[in-house]
Amino acid sequence: MEVDLSQFFQSFFEESLEGLDIMEDELLKLEGNDVDNETINTIFRAAHSIKGGAGTFGFRTIADFTHVMETLLDQVREGAMELTEEMVDAFLRSVDCIRNMISFEQEMSSQGISPEHESYNNKFASDPGVIALKNELSALLKGENTGTGGNESKGEVSEASADVSSTSEAPDETEDDSKEPAWKVTFKPDADILKTGNDPIRMFRALSEMTSCTVKLLPSEDPDFQDYDVKQCLLSWELLVGSGVDEVDIRGVFDWVIDECDLDITKIEPKAAPSGKATSAPVGDAVPADQSVPAQSAQNVPKVSAPVEKKANAKAARGGGPEGSIRVGIDKIDSLVNLVGELVITQSMLSEIGRDFDEQKLEQLKKGLSQLEHNTRDLQESVMRIRMLPIRSTFTRFKRMVRDISSQLGKQVNLEILGESTELDKTVLERIGDPLVHLVRNSMDHGLETPDERVAAGKSQEGLLRLNAYHKSGNIIIEISDDGRGIGVDKLKKKAIDRGLIAADAAITDQEVHELIFHPGFSTAEKVTDLSGRGVGMDVVRRNIIELNGSIEVESEQGVGTRFIIRLPLTLAILDGQLVRLGKSMYIVPLVNIIESIPIKNTQLSRVVGGHDVVNIRNEYIPVIRLHRLFNVEAEKSLLEDGLMVIVESDGRVVGLMVDELLSQQQVVIKSMETNYHKVEGVAGATILGDGKVSLILEISDLVRIAGMKNYFENGKVKSDKEEAA
Amino acid sequence: MSAVGQTDSISGGGNGVPPVTKANNNQFLTFLMGEQEYGVDILRVQEIRGWEQTTEIPNSPVHIKGVINLRGTIVPIVDLREKFALESLEYGPLTVVIVLKVLHENGERIMGIVVDAVSDVYQIQEDEIKSPPQLGDGGSTDFIVGLADISNKMVIFLDIDGLLCTEDIPEMGDAVSQVNDHS
Repeated sequence: MEVDLSQFFQSFFEESLEGLDIMEDELLKLEGNDVDNETINTIFRAAHSIKGGAGTFGFRTIADFTHVMETLLDQVREGAMELTEEMVDAFLRSVDCIRNMISFEQEMSSQGISPEHESYNNKFASDPGVIALKNELSALLKGENTGTGGNESKGEVSEASADVSSTSEAPDETEDDSKEPAWKVTFKPDADILKTGNDPIRMFRALSEMTSCTVKLLPSEDPDFQDYDVKQCLLSWELLVGSGVDEVDIRGVFDWVIDECDLDITKIEPKAAPSGKATSAPVGDAVPADQSVPAQSAQNVPKVSAPVEKKANAKAARGGGPEGSIRVGIDKIDSLVNLVGELVITQSMLSEIGRDFDEQKLEQLKKGLSQLEHNTRDLQESVMRIRMLPIRSTFTRFKRMVRDISSQLGKQVNLEILGESTELDKTVLERIGDPLVHLVRNSMDHGLETPDERVAAGKSQEGLLRLNAYHKSGNIIIEISDDGRGIGVDKLKKKAIDRGLIAADAAITDQEVHELIFHPGFSTAEKVTDLSGRGVGMDVVRRNIIELNGSIEVESEQGVGTRFIIRLPLTLAILDGQLVRLGKSMYIVPLVNIIESIPIKNTQLSRVVGGHDVVNIRNEYIPVIRLHRLFNVEAEKSLLEDGLMVIVESDGRVVGLMVDELLSQQQVVIKSMETNYHKVEGVAGATILGDGKVSLILEISDLVRIAGMKNYFENGKVKSDKEEAA
Repeated sequence: MSAVGQTDSISGGGNGVPPVTKANNNQFLTFLMGEQEYGVDILRVQEIRGWEQTTEIPNSPVHIKGVINLRGTIVPIVDLREKFALESLEYGPLTVVIVLKVLHENGERIMGIVVDAVSDVYQIQEDEIKSPPQLGDGGSTDFIVGLADISNKMVIFLDIDGLLCTEDIPEMGDAVSQVNDHS
């Protein structure tokens, strides 16, 4: 039985990507600052664990690449080398490179192709870009300037890099005396080592990847046959490890099991000491024929034990699908446990009161119930909080992006990040990333000026780009603001008129002009870069945000700057709604869609081409949807003039919904209709009101679409008000 | 190996669905609609409750009475009389809703059916259930699993999965044109 390592892949990918984020973040900190030892250490640790993990799981390309990086970091860490700009730059590119490799592996493993699989073909193994980067790192390692480097080292280095692809050759620039053992390692694991998921063979393999390694099984006392336990490891080994590694490296291999074994490392004095040479040997050497480890462990020690399997299952369950896992702070779990404890106490108190109830206990009962309510609310909040993650990870990636884009555009940008620890629902967080990238890109591209322009405009050379996240009245607000040139109202207006979006003589405010950038008409179809305003794909940004039940606004002042304000709900499970009544039925209209509500009689009502009702509100003609006809229900007020109109907007289109009465605004929990029924046109879901009744939540985008449908307004078919009244 | 096998069986037990097929269970709950008695597999019955006001679903077929809140779950209610094109009755305090677990291609659904009254629980051997007669006009016996004779009464056993999951989804566009046509 082999352990199926692929079940751990997902965790490895997640942890590695996390590690890469850390590395990137720390590297960016290094720029322009004094080298802080702790920062280097953090980067080193991240690189080290990625390498270790990659090695264990057989992602050799990643392991090899990271190894070079790690070695260089180690040099810096120990002060043997000075950290240069170039190194930081190379490291940053390496981070990208590793990230690509990991997503490639992720892709492969999602197709069920593991590195051992025959159809496995790692395109990065021979990718010229990767090899070049690796060469660069190796050159840096040799203390050469990459710009001039490569004369004498070239041959050697490219040889080393060629090794990336061939797994049987080790990736180091060395000679044969590596075969001379330099270390003697006695490794005597505890009997229970296998139960913790560790397998000696992998450690030996890792050692043999670093240098040569000969494994010898030490004689051990066999227990009586009936006492054999397949889950125990009763073997111990002696390893002869080649030179080129130091004690720390060897210990590093056994890091995970250091508490579960006796490890003794002694140096063997070399006969002739060729010091300082890195060394390696083919992996094959690590497995000598007769005493070989795989054979031993395969025969005597089954590699799987029940606990390991269980752990694996748990992990697989955790990291199963792409959205399968979430890391939750232990404090959140603890608070949840506490709350459940309180709930249990309240419950027992209530059942005590109920045991022999008389009227004197009424006061107590009331108290108990209010406590129960309190507990329930707290518990609900805590459970919701589990899904909440700080926006930090999303914001942090902009540091890198801003750095890259600013150098690309020749602009100087100071990125200010505020409110990193503001928490968002995980789903929202994942889906807000792309719109934010777009907005930041836009601000840098169109908003901020070049240093010269800025100086000419009397501003400081460096532009300011600020990301801010905070809570406000039950919403999350994310702001992206810059102090750039702002939206050019005149140009934007001209463009809108050219495209027929607004009338040439339309009297619209600057704010309304700003809103035009979200209009689909300003989409990527035609990139107008000389336009000072934005508008490239902004409609997509807005649509994405609306899908999250959020909204986006823009504020801009020419020459001073622009600010985008994104408003998002705390969670997707709860919606701010307006309760409306239509006859006997109650419906919820999502508040984000509502522009305003007005009595129809105050509007100019007109009927275009027989039966197509429109109202004129501030010179805009808005079609009216008679919800009761659409839904086939009885309404109290069938005459248009008596009704109330809720003006809603979706996908840039505005319609009026005719309803009988507006009731309260409230937060509602969204329940799916599809669970037990199926999708209903015009209905986004259902919710349960305070009295226990079910109320349907309207899907405004459906309604808007239907309003645009031809047959709804077909000539002459819709009843006139008189007919209906009669 | 044995250890591994054990683990597997444990984990396998967790997600196993209890075998709820007509074949290997022989207790049936019966209910009345008019004079006729109908039976459903008792393991599919989740609860029996009285009729309560539902929230109508716009443009749904006439036999879909709406949805109710069943302890936080939205459950659609089907009037079986109207589904069977029987004369509909006024709902009263004695009207009964049987909440059923229905197997659907995408999993399980909870649905309620409105019936006249709950009748009895019968233990019936498999061989007592006779296959439904071919009625020639097609369609009408599709949801009948079989018939049985119990103390000289005929009981019709229903295939609730087929009965409750083949709802045609009306497009609102259709409804709109219907509305328009009626006018």
